[in-house]
Amino acid sequence: MAARTLCAALGAALLSTTAMAEIATGDTSGMRIALSNNFAGNSWRQAMLKSWDEVSSQAVAEGIVAEAPAFTTAENQATEQAAQIQNLILQGFDAIVLNAASPTALNGAVREACDAGVVVVSFDGIVTEPCAWRIVIDFAGMGTAQLDYLAEKMPEGGKLLEIRGLAGVFVDDEIHSGIVKGVETHSQFEVVGSVHGDWTQTVAQREVSGILPTLPAIDAVVTQGGDGYGAAQAFRAAGRDIPLIIMGNRHDELTWWQEQRDATGYETMSLSIAPASAQVGFWVAQQILAGREVPQDLLLPTLVIEQDELDYWLEQTEEGGVTNAVYTLDWTDKMIEAVAAGEPVPPTPTAE
Amino acid sequence: MIIDWRELVRTSLPALALAALLGAIFWLQPRAMSYQGLNLLLNLSIPIVFATLAQMFVLTVGDLDLGIGGFVTFVACVTVTWLAEAPLVGVLILVAAIGLYAAVGALIELRNLPAIVVTLGMSFVWFGLAVIVLPSPGGRTPEWLIAAVRLRPPGIPLAILAAVGIGLVGHLLLMRTSFGVVLRGAGGNPRAITRAGWSMLQIRMTLYALAGLMGVFAGLTLAGITTSADANIALRYTLLSIAGAILGGSQFTGGRVSPIGAVLGALVMTLAASFLAFLRLNPDWQIGVQGAILILVLALRAVLDRLAGER
Repeated sequence: MAARTLCAALGAALLSTTAMAEIATGDTSGMRIALSNNFAGNSWRQAMLKSWDEVSSQAVAEGIVAEAPAFTTAENQATEQAAQIQNLILQGFDAIVLNAASPTALNGAVREACDAGVVVVSFDGIVTEPCAWRIVIDFAGMGTAQLDYLAEKMPEGGKLLEIRGLAGVFVDDEIHSGIVKGVETHSQFEVVGSVHGDWTQTVAQREVSGILPTLPAIDAVVTQGGDGYGAAQAFRAAGRDIPLIIMGNRHDELTWWQEQRDATGYETMSLSIAPASAQVGFWVAQQILAGREVPQDLLLPTLVIEQDELDYWLEQTEEGGVTNAVYTLDWTDKMIEAVAAGEPVPPTPTAE
Repeated sequence: MIIDWRELVRTSLPALALAALLGAIFWLQPRAMSYQGLNLLLNLSIPIVFATLAQMFVLTVGDLDLGIGGFVTFVACVTVTWLAEAPLVGVLILVAAIGLYAAVGALIELRNLPAIVVTLGMSFVWFGLAVIVLPSPGGRTPEWLIAAVRLRPPGIPLAILAAVGIGLVGHLLLMRTSFGVVLRGAGGNPRAITRAGWSMLQIRMTLYALAGLMGVFAGLTLAGITTSADANIALRYTLLSIAGAILGGSQFTGGRVSPIGAVLGALVMTLAASFLAFLRLNPDWQIGVQGAILILVLALRAVLDRLAGER
């Protein structure tokens, strides 16, 4: 253990004098990274665990780390995950990659980890404890990106229907604020109606059906994901022209888009978060262990699918699931560099 | 002093279970066998010990409290908001909450309601109040409280000192005072207690107030450890506290309780989860195995009770 630490320290010292803004090559082959996860009960989380498993087994096979197992709490409770984190400290892990049950209730345990010299990298469900790293998903950017796309598509502007998520949840507020900001920037657009679709197709369909009779002709629907297909069904049932509906990378949404494209040349875009964000967590932790100076707050772009990439991404999407990607060390390196330099982060990687 | 054999049997079982678990954990994870290791292993048990004692006070009179998890959550939420920003108001809210707990006891006694239903209803009230106090996760525990639970007394980790202290105080109060005898008697034979001139109303209110007090301590220590809170933070404590108290020798029928046993039971419940984590058991199995450990220990107790000539 002492030799290992010395090795890492030497590597870190070497690096800090030579190349700072490059991939850190400090020896992490003896180090162990754990994934602490609070919930595995939906397709997104299942895909996330699978992505972690892929990156960890490959990294272990290549000798980059000694081991990188995933731990999921039996129940989705902050107290349980706090105990889990403390157990991981006891087991001597060098880094913990964390998808947290609560942004705040784990802070005590995270503090204990930092005090014990463990690197904590949170992603998706991030923690507010300052000593941890945060891979923040740019939810507001998900809102503005939709309006940017629309402005390009319909320069003359138009009337919008907004489908929001679950009321009172941080993610809903963030995406909504992005859409508000986008409408301010592209003032030729006007939101004429808004419903809460709860990120669920059936709810979105019901709510959109309910508000449609009160609305004028809609040019486009801005969404939060998991609601585009339901919206399309509502427009169809009401006998209205189907407007441009932004999709959210769900399998049913992409399939519908593909059908419409083949039938009528329907055009739109789709965006959401890739479950493989866990892989970014892994590489960030590995880089910190290797001695790199990494900004505490990192940014993850949304996975955007455009018209010409639809077939490729639909193939990457499991039936009933969400589109996934593969994040490599090279990509993570570019992202870290971009954040450190205050530049926009690189787009979601596609397979070569 | 006469040795109470029944008492000894009742408390020895959770003690043995605890020793076995600790032994297994030390074997699996030698790092745990240090001051810092024990601290990490046990510090989250302090609020669970308090919650288990709260449950035990309610069990004393033969009731079951399904609201304790919600109550601890509410206290934690008040701690990171009112107690931090306006300490006086915060203290008043907590005192009022204990009063409300006593009032619930009074309601159950006066209207002869099933406690299980009333406390289940109260759990939603507490959860609702917690959401009102802290609508989104956050808040900040007062520094003095964080410092208090972070204390590193020389030699023995705080969690162990706390467990011993809580167990002893509970033991003295319930098992060694005449007042404690009356409280326990109220669960075992309420008619005899009323005939002797005691008020069941006062007794139930006292026990519920004690439970509320323990719940407040649980919420305070939990918020101290986590440094922040959310409105779901302790919902699991309801079942943990029942399991811990029963494991420690309390009985659903009332009258038979053991504070020391309850403390040991709470520690066993805390360590069982860590033990399974160190085994790297698939999480899908963990809840089931935790339940199996519980059943195993309870079955052992039934056997020991019989051997000791009880019943």
